[in-house]
Amino acid sequence: MTATPAISIQQIWSILETVNDPEVPVLSVLDLGIVREVKMENRLAEIVITPTYTGCPAIDAISMNIRMALLQQGITPVRITQVLSPAWSTDWMTEQGKQKLKAYGIAPPVGRSIQEQDLEEIAVQCPQCNSWNTRLVSQFGSTSCKALFQCNDCKEPFDHFKCH
Amino acid sequence: MDTALINYTLHLADNALILGHRNSEWCGHGPILEQDIAVSNIALDYIGQARNFYQYAATLINQLPADRQHQLLSFDAAEVTEDTLAYLRDVPAFKNLLITELPNGDWAQTTLRLFLFSTWQYYCYQQLQYSQDTQLAAIAAKALKEVTYHVKWSGEWVIRLGDGTEESKRRLLLAIEELADFTGEFFAMSEYEKALLPANIAVNLDSVKTAWTNKVTGVLEEATVALPPGKWFQSGGKQGIHTEHLGYILAEMQFLQRAYPNATW
Repeated sequence: MTATPAISIQQIWSILETVNDPEVPVLSVLDLGIVREVKMENRLAEIVITPTYTGCPAIDAISMNIRMALLQQGITPVRITQVLSPAWSTDWMTEQGKQKLKAYGIAPPVGRSIQEQDLEEIAVQCPQCNSWNTRLVSQFGSTSCKALFQCNDCKEPFDHFKCH
Repeated sequence: MDTALINYTLHLADNALILGHRNSEWCGHGPILEQDIAVSNIALDYIGQARNFYQYAATLINQLPADRQHQLLSFDAAEVTEDTLAYLRDVPAFKNLLITELPNGDWAQTTLRLFLFSTWQYYCYQQLQYSQDTQLAAIAAKALKEVTYHVKWSGEWVIRLGDGTEESKRRLLLAIEELADFTGEFFAMSEYEKALLPANIAVNLDSVKTAWTNKVTGVLEEATVALPPGKWFQSGGKQGIHTEHLGYILAEMQFLQRAYPNATW
């Protein structure tokens, strides 16, 4: 048995950069803003994550992927802790993440996290042709975090990552 | 440990699980693909809420001595988990509102029920996010964002149907007739809720009623219909006295775990 060299918290953050969301594989868990904290205590690495949506089935897969990625780098033991509060918001998605989403064909969240009474219609830009002339087809898209839109100019249907 | 908090948490969980199950029955049967996906997504949100509440209830129940646990569940479990609570409790242990267990009916009844319920849930969670119980508060704050979308989506359908064709309006009116008597239970405080009020843990349903009535009246007006006046209402769900429909839901939902205990896949 070989002794594991000391792992820095910074190294763990860079490994997490490589762990992607299973539903939106261009986004890392850091782009999504779901990693709240990384702690190291007596060689136990603890990763604190928060689910995006209450019913998001991806959270279990994400936990497992984080564990696997750290194990592959010889980091063990690992503890993944899920916290609900403060609740995740699309405001925590990085700028880089929003750019990656757009390049992938998903319109990134527009504006700020939804406030209590605030659910008016928002203008969403088509990720294909950049037109603002788009319409909401359905508030619920292929996953619960997305709404379905269509571009009135290029006619392309597209997903929009909802404000949350 | 006071059982009021456990019962209240189970009430919140059961509402979400049972209505989530009802919505999931639409999966593959929605009128058009987009709406099929919408109603299934809402089901997923509800099941997620239910899981959070059940996990919390399980932690609380595991702290009870064995005899109190047995009293609460009417069976013995080595360790109570979210699955124990969803799959092994029988009808009288469920504390969901009766409106959540009613059959889906047609699209009008489904969307109207969702609108009436999610509006109630919206105003409840708005209060619950400030509960002195930090875990209930965290779950409510998280779910509130999703419920906002449920209210909007279902409210738009109610307006579309009521202010639509003769046939869609006829169906919405039938749905109102079917569901109206089940809305009074939203605001009837159970003993366990009353017990949790002084410590600011449970939601005060009196103030929810005002907000709910304003919102529902406004949307129904836009839909050119109205809730009938009436003081009498169906109740019992919060105390475990249910309609005949809940047994059928549980029979389907719990069959696998009861026939093949602890089966996983």
